[in-house]
Amino acid sequence: MKHLLSTRDLDRETAVGILDIAEDMALTADREVRKLPTLRGRTVVNLFFEDSTRTRLSFESAAKRLSADVITFSAKGSSVSKGESLKDTAQTLQAMGADAIVVRHHGSGAAHQLAHAGWIDAHVLNAGDGTHEHPTQALLDAFTMRQRRYGADSRGRDLSGMRVVIVGDIVHSRVARSNVWLLTTLGAEVHLVAPRTLLPAGVETWPVTVHEHLEPALALRPDVVMMLRIQQERMHAAFFPSGREYAREWGLTAERFAALGPDTMVMHPGPMNRGLEISSAAADSSASTVLAQVTNGVFIRMAVLYLLVAGSQEASA
Amino acid sequence: MTGTLIRGASLLGETREDIRIRGGRIAATGRLTPELDERVIDADGLLALPGLVDLHTHLREPGGEASETVLTGTRAAAAGGYTAVFAMANTSPVADTAGVVEQVHALGAQHGYATVRPIGAVTVGLEGERLSEIGAMARSRAQVRVFSDDGKCVHDALLMRRALEYVATFDGVIAQHAQEPRLTEGAQMNEGALSGELGLAGWPAVAEESIVARDVLLAQHTGARLHVCHVSTAGSVDVIRWAKARGIAVTAEVTPHHLLLTEELARGYDARFKVNPPLRRDDDVRALREALADGTIDIVATDHAPHPAEAKECTWAEAAFGMVGLESALPVLQTTMIETGMLGWADLARVMSSAPAEIGRLDGYGDPLTEGAPAHVTLVDPAARRTWSTGDLRGRSRNTPYTGVELAGAIVATVHGGVATVLDGTLVDAEEVARRG
Amino acid sequence: MSARTVLHDADIARALRRIAHEILESRRGDGRLVLLGIPTRGTVLAERIQAVIDDIEPGVSSAGSLDITLYRDDLARTPTRAPQPTRIPAGGIDDAIVVLVDDVLYSGRTVRAALDALADHGRPRAVRLAVLVDRGHRELPIRADFVGKNLPSATSERVSVRLADVDGVEEVTIEP
Ligand SMILES: [Zn+2]
Repeated sequence: MKHLLSTRDLDRETAVGILDIAEDMALTADREVRKLPTLRGRTVVNLFFEDSTRTRLSFESAAKRLSADVITFSAKGSSVSKGESLKDTAQTLQAMGADAIVVRHHGSGAAHQLAHAGWIDAHVLNAGDGTHEHPTQALLDAFTMRQRRYGADSRGRDLSGMRVVIVGDIVHSRVARSNVWLLTTLGAEVHLVAPRTLLPAGVETWPVTVHEHLEPALALRPDVVMMLRIQQERMHAAFFPSGREYAREWGLTAERFAALGPDTMVMHPGPMNRGLEISSAAADSSASTVLAQVTNGVFIRMAVLYLLVAGSQEASA
Repeated sequence: MTGTLIRGASLLGETREDIRIRGGRIAATGRLTPELDERVIDADGLLALPGLVDLHTHLREPGGEASETVLTGTRAAAAGGYTAVFAMANTSPVADTAGVVEQVHALGAQHGYATVRPIGAVTVGLEGERLSEIGAMARSRAQVRVFSDDGKCVHDALLMRRALEYVATFDGVIAQHAQEPRLTEGAQMNEGALSGELGLAGWPAVAEESIVARDVLLAQHTGARLHVCHVSTAGSVDVIRWAKARGIAVTAEVTPHHLLLTEELARGYDARFKVNPPLRRDDDVRALREALADGTIDIVATDHAPHPAEAKECTWAEAAFGMVGLESALPVLQTTMIETGMLGWADLARVMSSAPAEIGRLDGYGDPLTEGAPAHVTLVDPAARRTWSTGDLRGRSRNTPYTGVELAGAIVATVHGGVATVLDGTLVDAEEVARRG
Repeated sequence: MSARTVLHDADIARALRRIAHEILESRRGDGRLVLLGIPTRGTVLAERIQAVIDDIEPGVSSAGSLDITLYRDDLARTPTRAPQPTRIPAGGIDDAIVVLVDDVLYSGRTVRAALDALADHGRPRAVRLAVLVDRGHRELPIRADFVGKNLPSATSERVSVRLADVDGVEEVTIEP
């Protein structure tokens, strides 16, 4: 694998392979020494044009556990708005000897451009581009689902037979896009729930079932309910009238949570807006995988960094 | 050499004739014998068209000289077979006063590659709030007849009504960039399944069509002339067809790129394909071709929009809208309309020369190549084919969408007011053009 | 020239039995024996040897596997490969006598990587090395404690170990 830009590019075998390697990485967490020498002498650059402390820390931690040298470049703010900065910055990092660039950018397609514009030849790992994709988030979500479902017997398995309901701001969510492609590739049945204002154009062409109301989707007794973060500013742009109305119609309230099956997982990519898209009753319950998602994020990112960076350039190019 | 003799050109692809040019006019046509003081252009196998006229060019001067100047832009125009261009008003300062339009007009005359007719801004600073001094621009030496806030839409209905009425006083026309601003806030590409997948904010067709519909009704109400810039959707075509059937004084243009390219090109996030209005669906391309063939759309205009490399070598959302198009316009039209049998060469001369001259009230352009007419001539080799590259561009910027695309036809020679600006497919030296012009 | 079989199935079984005995003999005191095979074939061999030991002296030994993919020093020169599972038997390796088991000992680099991997899992009392075939050509100061067969070979020759559990046949061959 040369780059990881989108889960749309992953076939089932590759996706299961990444999850399996993440299992190996997870095993190292219980050892006396957690660090692996795998990427010794390699340089991983975290290029963050957008603030995201938790994602940045997860990637840093993953790269360090693999013994890579880690450079973090936070380029948020005014310097980004200049036209040439992405190209310039990327070429500067390449000149510093970056083997891989982990990029988070507010512009959809930024990772794709870094990988394919011919500016650099480092490996590119998309850590979230605009409202396009966030592939490692979807991979860690899939890993978490598989772990909860199959435990120690997870290896080699996909998510066939699992029913996943994703609720909220689909149109602006890179997490939702990456999850839709990945989970369906892994055999899961995916349902989206949102008011029409928060559904993307062309959603009817996606391999999912769309619901405008939450109750009918929850009545399907899903294995997973994934609540997306609602940005407060959306209500000012007339996507919905108020936080109160949103919570009432599409929030995972305590009542809705109580009616879920005993094994239903409640997921959230974080950070949560308690009382808006998710109630504390749901967020703090044993059904919630929020903290497991954080832990698993490191293993998934180790697995992906290993796959991208460890092999020879010629073999993976 | 005091004259030029074009030998054996096929006029509009029909009769083969020789054309004698003297003193800026066509002195004779027919079977002619070369005279001693004549430069002879062998036009065997070539087509002669009236010099092309572009109603929608961004020359960027003043203010945007890093992208284009009047000189570089008119050189690109000549290379594309154009002998007149209408220069859009969104310069810095904006062309909203007699002073700016006269300056742009004079630069064109000084360089001589093509006649430059400035377009005046409808509103002061393109701000959409107060009418600019339309009368002063109309009466200036630049003789402005086309007014546009292009790049921005005159979205205030009352202001649009007043502009239509006021401009009519000077036999002018409002060229509207039809884009409802609230429906296109942050818009990046055509709204549809692809924008949803790519995570780019959509530019819905209705944002164009709702303004076109409102404007044709305002044109009907006021009795004034309306010109719709760069029509890009099948729905806009329907509205314009309806308006024309009702006798409303509306004309419309389509760009070469909207006749050939679709939104699929956005898939790789290459900002060369980012343009306003955005590239649309296959169905829209088909509707636009049919509309141009049946006359619903009157003309082809390039919307030549040069940008420096750094405005395109960034993320899609940060990149500038626009693509260059003067050099490639005729090859794209030959490829999309002539070779598909949808237009003949006489139609092409209409949509790329006489009709735009008529809409822009530009006298002496687009006339048939007959004795006594001004000598604006474009010679085309219809048998040529080439894979397009940035090496085929003659302006200052490189943002063509056609790199690697095979296009039919080539401009072999361009004559502007009797002065050759292109010979053997090569631009004539700037000093020579300026001296002879 | 075609491959020449140097060990048949009976030879392999005999060699593994002998190694099992030697391992037991070398165990001083009450040391716990942990046999860790290096995937893929080393894991199979470790399990077989451990089964023999368990027959002779039940309860003193256990078997597992130790993947070394993430510790290899040639990662950057080869295509990326998927790691194999590591299974450390219950009780871990601290204070145990660990016997690393592999099919062929050649340059010694695999064993070096295994020693690195082992150090990240804990601190054994001692580490030994058992191999079915030692074909020479060491590039590191490493030697095996228990060897099924010494097989001097040219570097151009190819030594292949095939085991019924993995390959369907049971043999060791050498081919030019
Ligand atoms: Zn425009």
